[in-house]
Amino acid sequence: MPVAMAKSKPAVAPKSVTISNKMTLPKELQKNMLDLMIKSRVLEERLIKVYKTGDSFFWIGGPGEEAFGVSLGLLINKGQGIDHDFLHLHYRASPTLVTLGMSMLDAIRLTMNRATDVSTGGRNFCGHYCYPQWNVTPITSPLTVQYGFAIGTALAQRRRRPKGNRAITIVTGGDAASAEGDFASSLIWASRPGNELPMFITIQNNRWGISTSYDSQHGEKHVSDRAKAFNIRTAVINGNDPIECYLGIQSEMDYIRRSGKPVCAEFEVSRLFGHSSADGANRRQEHDPVPAFEKRIIDQKIMTSAQVKELWDKYEEESVRAADQARSEAGPTRESVWENVYVGNENADWRKF
Amino acid sequence: MASMAQAIRMALHVGETKLGVTDIFGEDVGAPLGGVFTATQGLKNAWNSPLDERGIIAAAIGLGLAGDRCVAEIQFCDYIFNTIDLLKMAGNTLWASNGQYNMPIVVMTPVGAGIRGSIYHSHSFDALATRLPGWKIVCPSTPLDAYGLMLSAIEDPNPVLYLKPKALMRVRGEELIPGEPADEKTLKAMIDAPVQGDRSSWKAKWPELEEYKVRIGEGKITREGDKATIVSYGRTMPLCNRVADMLREEGTAVEVIDLRSLYPYDWQMIKASVSKTGKVLFVNEDTEVTNFGEHLAYRATTELFYELMARPRVLAGKNLPGIGLHPNLEEASVPHLEDIMHEMRELLAEVP
Repeated sequence: MPVAMAKSKPAVAPKSVTISNKMTLPKELQKNMLDLMIKSRVLEERLIKVYKTGDSFFWIGGPGEEAFGVSLGLLINKGQGIDHDFLHLHYRASPTLVTLGMSMLDAIRLTMNRATDVSTGGRNFCGHYCYPQWNVTPITSPLTVQYGFAIGTALAQRRRRPKGNRAITIVTGGDAASAEGDFASSLIWASRPGNELPMFITIQNNRWGISTSYDSQHGEKHVSDRAKAFNIRTAVINGNDPIECYLGIQSEMDYIRRSGKPVCAEFEVSRLFGHSSADGANRRQEHDPVPAFEKRIIDQKIMTSAQVKELWDKYEEESVRAADQARSEAGPTRESVWENVYVGNENADWRKF
Repeated sequence: MASMAQAIRMALHVGETKLGVTDIFGEDVGAPLGGVFTATQGLKNAWNSPLDERGIIAAAIGLGLAGDRCVAEIQFCDYIFNTIDLLKMAGNTLWASNGQYNMPIVVMTPVGAGIRGSIYHSHSFDALATRLPGWKIVCPSTPLDAYGLMLSAIEDPNPVLYLKPKALMRVRGEELIPGEPADEKTLKAMIDAPVQGDRSSWKAKWPELEEYKVRIGEGKITREGDKATIVSYGRTMPLCNRVADMLREEGTAVEVIDLRSLYPYDWQMIKASVSKTGKVLFVNEDTEVTNFGEHLAYRATTELFYELMARPRVLAGKNLPGIGLHPNLEEASVPHLEDIMHEMRELLAEVP
């Protein structure tokens, strides 16, 4: 039987399913993290509903990546321009965007391709965010290209390090996408001796690439192991544990800011609703980081069950309200198709040359 | 007079000293070589990249996102094909982000045949380039235009693809670049790295160059005439001029347009000329099927149909998988002087 025809092993994720009790964070921070994780989850589930009720052509997102995404969002040097961190994210970044301050309404407008969609003006899919005010560069559908784009923003940051700039470039992407050559490019360019780049190269390993299981693609134990050949510092972090994520990201970011050198970190995460609406967007039986963290917070008496339920209810109501508003808004006009082909709406239509 | 390579080098010097260019990079772009055609010798911000075309284009895009200005090079356009999706993204970044991120980058790459470059140093890229919406595409045929177009490309807030006709890189111009020493030897002594010996301590002595820009989208009439129009760009331009000169000696005045920009292109110049002459030949060396000249011929046909005295013609490269190395093969593949002359004689003889 050809290799490609061999039956893939089921992707049983060897992920940690318990929240470490050895590591901890201030209680207020934990409450904030849970709040953002719940908000992200409610938003993602609302986006799926928006798709399933016919208000959107497509859904893709990051339920299962809340522990990683929220931790990342909290630790970013947030802002616009070269003095702040640059983000080259993939299409499962809702938790990070929610943490940075994106409203549910914004995400739903994008999902419903409304004219009011600030990320793309109704031009691109759900989850393809763009927020220059936070250096969130346009998220694209082609896989792994963001690892290459990250080289450029990191080059610009490296140039300014002698003047005290400690901003870094962060790139995210999936395990399967590391098969693309751009992943290797990022490792090569980030590690050139004497020209190392302040890059946080991350992989969210959910053990799937659409239908390709991790075990059928990867000979290496961890994707991040590949970076060891380039003398890049590596880490493997339980991406389902928000505390381990937070502390791990914090530690690796500190190293990058201090040294100006790259880190390649792999986060073992869940993919709770499949790849996208293309494979149904139905709930899968994988470890869920949100109720696990919720339980820890309740067990440690940081919040009560009632307080946690209030969060779910509050965000559910907000998501319904936002969906109703977005549904009432107009889509982009046909005439707008020529807008922003060139800066300043310079004529791009050859019929008018 | 400067060669096109020297002209591009001088423009890049102006770019890095006056226009904020932070990075000029690609394979062999930095010292000691300074580019396979020497177009980047002596530049302070020029550096050698990994041998990774996707990395080069992606890094340029990242620099653009960060707001820095760069000129990236793909050493020969034959090696740009594995970056097509990245070029598409550079072209759609402004549009896809609804105007939030522009992409102020220049990518330059040598194109075309004419240096006995064999299968993978002779490709053209103009037809594919014009299928990358959101980019501006330029292709000079003289050193002065090469200088002026590069400065405009650097200043443009959009991505600009700068196609360098490799067969013309060492050809000298007939017009001085503002600030260029009149004597070729003086210029060479100032800005050409020594061919032999140690270059490690060599530094260019740049002339006091002035800014001179060629507006992107603006063509140039290089020969005036009323019997027919030839529209071309890049390597085939000097050939078209020679054909016009030969025909003029025979008493036939043919108008020649150097398009200089492929997108946006100077339709008003083409339209005015073809309306006057009634006959037009579009010449380029890219492969002939789905050729950019076909688009221009289509437009001439549909918009100027009742003013035409003959069917518009396109003379382009043969639809072959490559340019063979032996001169017989190369000459049979891309337009040469005789081919252009043959087409023009047929066009001129055509009677409605």
